[in-house]
Amino acid sequence: MKIAVCIKQVPDTSAALKVKPDGSGVDTEGLEFVISPYDEYGLEEALRTKEKLATGEVVVVALGPERVAKALRSGLAMGADRAVHLADAAFDGSDAIATARALAAALKKAGPFDLVWAGKEATDDGMSTVGAALAEFLGIPHASEVKKAELSADKTSITCWSEVEGGTAVVEVKLPAVLTAQKGLNEPRYASLKGIMMAKKKELAVYTPADLGLTAEQVGKSGSPSEVLKVEPPPKKQTNTKLIKDLEPDAAAKELVRLLREEAKVI
Amino acid sequence: MGSEIWVVAEHRGGQLRRPTLEALGAARQLAGAAGAAVAAVVLGKNAGGLAAELGKHGAARVLWVDEENLDVYSSGGYTHALTELARAHKPLAIVFAASSQARDFAPRAAARLGTGLLPDCIELGWDTGSGRVSAKRFINSGKALATVQVKTSPALVTTRPKAFAPAAADGAGAETVKCDVKVDAAQCYGKVKEYEQPAATKVELTEADVVVSGGRGMKGPAEFAVLEELAQVLGAAIGASRAAVDAGWREHASQVGQTGKVVTPKLYIACGISGAIQHLVGMTNSKIIVAINKDADAPLMKLADYAVVGDLFQLVPALTQEFKRVLEK
Repeated sequence: MKIAVCIKQVPDTSAALKVKPDGSGVDTEGLEFVISPYDEYGLEEALRTKEKLATGEVVVVALGPERVAKALRSGLAMGADRAVHLADAAFDGSDAIATARALAAALKKAGPFDLVWAGKEATDDGMSTVGAALAEFLGIPHASEVKKAELSADKTSITCWSEVEGGTAVVEVKLPAVLTAQKGLNEPRYASLKGIMMAKKKELAVYTPADLGLTAEQVGKSGSPSEVLKVEPPPKKQTNTKLIKDLEPDAAAKELVRLLREEAKVI
Repeated sequence: MGSEIWVVAEHRGGQLRRPTLEALGAARQLAGAAGAAVAAVVLGKNAGGLAAELGKHGAARVLWVDEENLDVYSSGGYTHALTELARAHKPLAIVFAASSQARDFAPRAAARLGTGLLPDCIELGWDTGSGRVSAKRFINSGKALATVQVKTSPALVTTRPKAFAPAAADGAGAETVKCDVKVDAAQCYGKVKEYEQPAATKVELTEADVVVSGGRGMKGPAEFAVLEELAQVLGAAIGASRAAVDAGWREHASQVGQTGKVVTPKLYIACGISGAIQHLVGMTNSKIIVAINKDADAPLMKLADYAVVGDLFQLVPALTQEFKRVLEK
């Protein structure tokens, strides 16, 4: 079974962020970058499937500038067999739809694949769009926000459990399909020292739009149906914290409930 | 026609889901700015009964695709029906409530229509000059706010739960238009086989007016019982910090924060949560925040509107009793 995993390199989720003074975006200067956490769940699941079947191939695919090669090497160190990097200045400024279109073209070239994993969203732009749009461009089914997946015995379909409001939805899709990974799917492994050493020797192919048969109008800003106009710091909430202390529990509870009803008026 | 803002009505068990009314409220605002009419789209067999409620809340037309194969939700079937309708009627924009269902099929619809999708918006705008839809949405887990625009038509947007007021019930009623869209069973890939509902009817975390959350200070899974009791009295949903989820005390579905959910209830009560940045980004836009903690210096105690210093295992039961007393009066 050939499995592709689409990953995105994002700023370390624990890092504080600064917005560029001109409002053009987040200031990435000096930031640490990591694989988006949800993509790691997808990669871990792909590796486990390959290990369970004791055959097959796992390919990590990413779009983005040169620094993204590091994320792909991390994926190779975790155990992926080869990597594909969509790296070209023409890809800059691609929105979720343009990204999905380019990834679909790359998967067709590097594949075909029986199964494609992606994170349910990237932790930077939080678009939660690329996975399902990718499936559409590939013309195959998908399942979203998967927290558990079970391959059928004949390996022609996969049953997915997805978190939905107030419960879980069970969806069975025929392969090939795209699945997007939700937290809870698994606990991703750390790369071993041996894995890191081996990753250096694994194949990392670089694709340009031309390699994928895409024109300049189909990628980057011109290929994107949406654009970011401005990025600003989030509005700051002004709070005057009212401290309730040195009271017996009953008295503290009474005071809090009174304040919530009479002052805050939320109950 | 041609100048409509659409709302996709989400329904389950014959009932309109409440966030749809918020999406309808957002669509009415947008339609006002664009000088357009509001129409609701109902996909699903026998779902025409929802038309009255949608009309009451301001939809002028309800476009209804009554089709056997849409009886159960599938990303394939819904994408097909919606995009066929959009191609035929050419709306200016299509608004969805940001839900697991919208996240599942709106991207497919956007890709098929070759148009842009702006998910999880907190504000919508209309540029009269260009005739484009813009929106504000948080990025990087709320660490920045982006203004984004769709360059194509129809613009697809989803509205973050609780960011928009539900549409007022002042509508004059809708004209129901039955739309003939053929949906084959083969097109209905990604069909939900079944919904596994939890035993008790839970209040959905992202849609709740009140959220009671527990963190590392809860000490263990069984101790969440004190929060369950408080939540019961308040009709609240239960949340948890990542520490509590990673410790295996609560399921991931209840995690608030980065790699969890973003909640904006009227009242957020944090119990034994110190307030790591990764938690704060998930709840900081709640209207009123209460923090209960032994440690008066915990970051969340400084962000809270009301910070109660003390032992949560004494305070929370006392709070439950007091709420019971005043709410039953």
